[in-house]
Amino acid sequence: MASNILEIQNLHKRFGAVEVLKGIDCAMKQGDVVCVIGSSGSGKTTMLRCINMLEDFSEGTIRIDDQDIGYEIRNGVRRRKSEKEIARQRALTGMAFQQFNLFPHMTATENIMLGLVKVKNMHRDQAHAIAEKWLDRVGLLERRDYYPGQLSGGQQQRVAIARAIAMSPKLMLFDEVTSALDPELVNEVLLVIKDLAREGMTMLLVTHEMRFAFEVSSRVIFMNQGRIGEEGDPREMFLNPKTERLAEFLKSSTFN
Amino acid sequence: MDFTLTQILHQLWIARIPIVQGLGVTMAAAALAIVAGSVLGVGVGLALTYGTRTLRWLTRAYTDFIRGTPVLVLVLASYYILGAAGVQLSPFQAGVLALAVFCSSHVGEIVRGALQAIPIGQIEAAKAIGLTFPQTFRYVLLPLAIRQVLPTWVNTAAEMVKASTLLSIIGVGDLLLASQEVISRTFMSLPFYFFAGFLYFTVNFAIEHFGRYVERKTQIPS
Amino acid sequence: MDYVLNFSVVWRSFDHLLGGLGLSLLLALGSILIGIVIGLVVSFALVSPSGIARRLAGLYVTVTRNTPLLVLVLFVYFALPDLGIRLGDIESFVATLAIYSGGYLAEVFRAGLLSVPKGLSEAGQAIGLKKMQIRLSIMMPIMFRNVLPALGSTVISLFKDTSLAAAIAVPELTFQARKINVESFRVVETWIVASLLYVCTCAVLAMIFRRVERHLAIPR
Repeated sequence: MASNILEIQNLHKRFGAVEVLKGIDCAMKQGDVVCVIGSSGSGKTTMLRCINMLEDFSEGTIRIDDQDIGYEIRNGVRRRKSEKEIARQRALTGMAFQQFNLFPHMTATENIMLGLVKVKNMHRDQAHAIAEKWLDRVGLLERRDYYPGQLSGGQQQRVAIARAIAMSPKLMLFDEVTSALDPELVNEVLLVIKDLAREGMTMLLVTHEMRFAFEVSSRVIFMNQGRIGEEGDPREMFLNPKTERLAEFLKSSTFN
Repeated sequence: MDFTLTQILHQLWIARIPIVQGLGVTMAAAALAIVAGSVLGVGVGLALTYGTRTLRWLTRAYTDFIRGTPVLVLVLASYYILGAAGVQLSPFQAGVLALAVFCSSHVGEIVRGALQAIPIGQIEAAKAIGLTFPQTFRYVLLPLAIRQVLPTWVNTAAEMVKASTLLSIIGVGDLLLASQEVISRTFMSLPFYFFAGFLYFTVNFAIEHFGRYVERKTQIPS
Repeated sequence: MDYVLNFSVVWRSFDHLLGGLGLSLLLALGSILIGIVIGLVVSFALVSPSGIARRLAGLYVTVTRNTPLLVLVLFVYFALPDLGIRLGDIESFVATLAIYSGGYLAEVFRAGLLSVPKGLSEAGQAIGLKKMQIRLSIMMPIMFRNVLPALGSTVISLFKDTSLAAAIAVPELTFQARKINVESFRVVETWIVASLLYVCTCAVLAMIFRRVERHLAIPR
């Protein structure tokens, strides 16, 4: 009986007086590919960033692989875990960002090796081999000694994805990874992600690429104003939206 | 007064040892001030960027006070106050202390600017792969900040060489004081003030060029 | 260490300190005004199409930026008389600081000139304006707004540099403070007060510049 890789229960997040997440529930099994769609301000990116504690959250629980993320209850009091513990937990997930965020002073290989050597305490040779393996998987082995400044946007994003996956996370998080790319560079990144999905990687993606969400995901979540508006099979949802909000959203998006 | 070139060169030769020693004192004072000031300055910069509100406020007060005060006042204050307090510091040490404090306020500002210029995505990417903050600082922030800081820091180093001349006012035997002693002996004001100026100019010019060289060498290929 | 803070001594001589501060400000004003004129001329030379002008201007800037101010001050006051140029202490200092500041201000203005989009001077030429008219009516107003921040910090820096006049016995603020210090042995109090006077004046100058910046800002 496989337990859930990701379990979110009653997630709330407040920015001062504004509540951005109003009670999110979500569960993912191993191998699930879930796309989160919605208009900006719906809270989808915030939810993603709570999972690896890039954002704190005010209420609720997030569990990855049966571990409580970020907070624990001690003596009935909800307490934020220590920075060290949170850093350790972040290695359970991998994240790819909209702005890639590759370290500009390191080559592609070094970017991938940093986490392996410093967080997973791997020997440099072993880390180097893993880095090259993943660069090869994303099709960039011959650029292994290039610096981010020498790579195109699509190439940088592929390296960034390799950097995250090389850490063997239980769950991969993708935050609008194609939104900052020129249109002709989007496809090479989507191909990499489709490939990973085929191999059974558990993935949670926030995306605007509707066609991609339709083709790749086992499930789609539509978020609206901090709540989950609709959830289900992509074919069902896109062709027969049950709520008006989703219908409106799909109409104004690039899907059709 | 008219001096022939031969007379001037003759006096320069006679005075060569005090002048070279003076130059040595100048370089030593500047170097010590730069090193001590930069180390302190990095601490100041870190406090301003990552410190708690109280720490930031205190550090801000420190830098604002130091930066609003002329270097000469810092040097004189250091000289007189430490003397009166019974602290056994030579004029050289008191002067270098003042210069180091001055340097730290400038370096602190530079470091703060460089750290804050690093896009926040870098810190998030480092967090995402599980690095702790000390690790993030050491492997990501520091290397990026140093490259950003380098040109301005070299400027500050040149400023310290220029500021070292103020130590002559409290009797430290630097290049300027050594030149003044020669002048008081020989009355050759024009040649020796000119020569001193020329030496200072050369040192600073060399520092500037060295800085540009280092900048080129540490550039990230793009 | 038995040292009891006693500000009354300093307080009694406070008018001397204020007088010194006034002289510091006058020295700064004189030097900076002349320096601005020099700086403007040199900055135009720095961007001029003439190679000779650029090189000469560049030499001037390099020399003034790499030579310690104290050496320049002593040179003008003590060495120039050898050439027959004998200036009083105040005139000598103002001349020196003006020449020194010219180098820094030239760099500030040069950056300002470069920040003016080239197309604007071309538009001026297209309307038929002469070079000097273009400079005065188009480039300088824009350049002026753009350089205000850098100009402000340079001016404040030059104000602090007036303290070096103490080295040739000009009775400005630092000289007065040293006098009080030496006569009264109230070391800590004297220098705290002198320092505060400088810090506050710099703060006021900074505020003035910020206000001017806001006032002149082009609405967007």
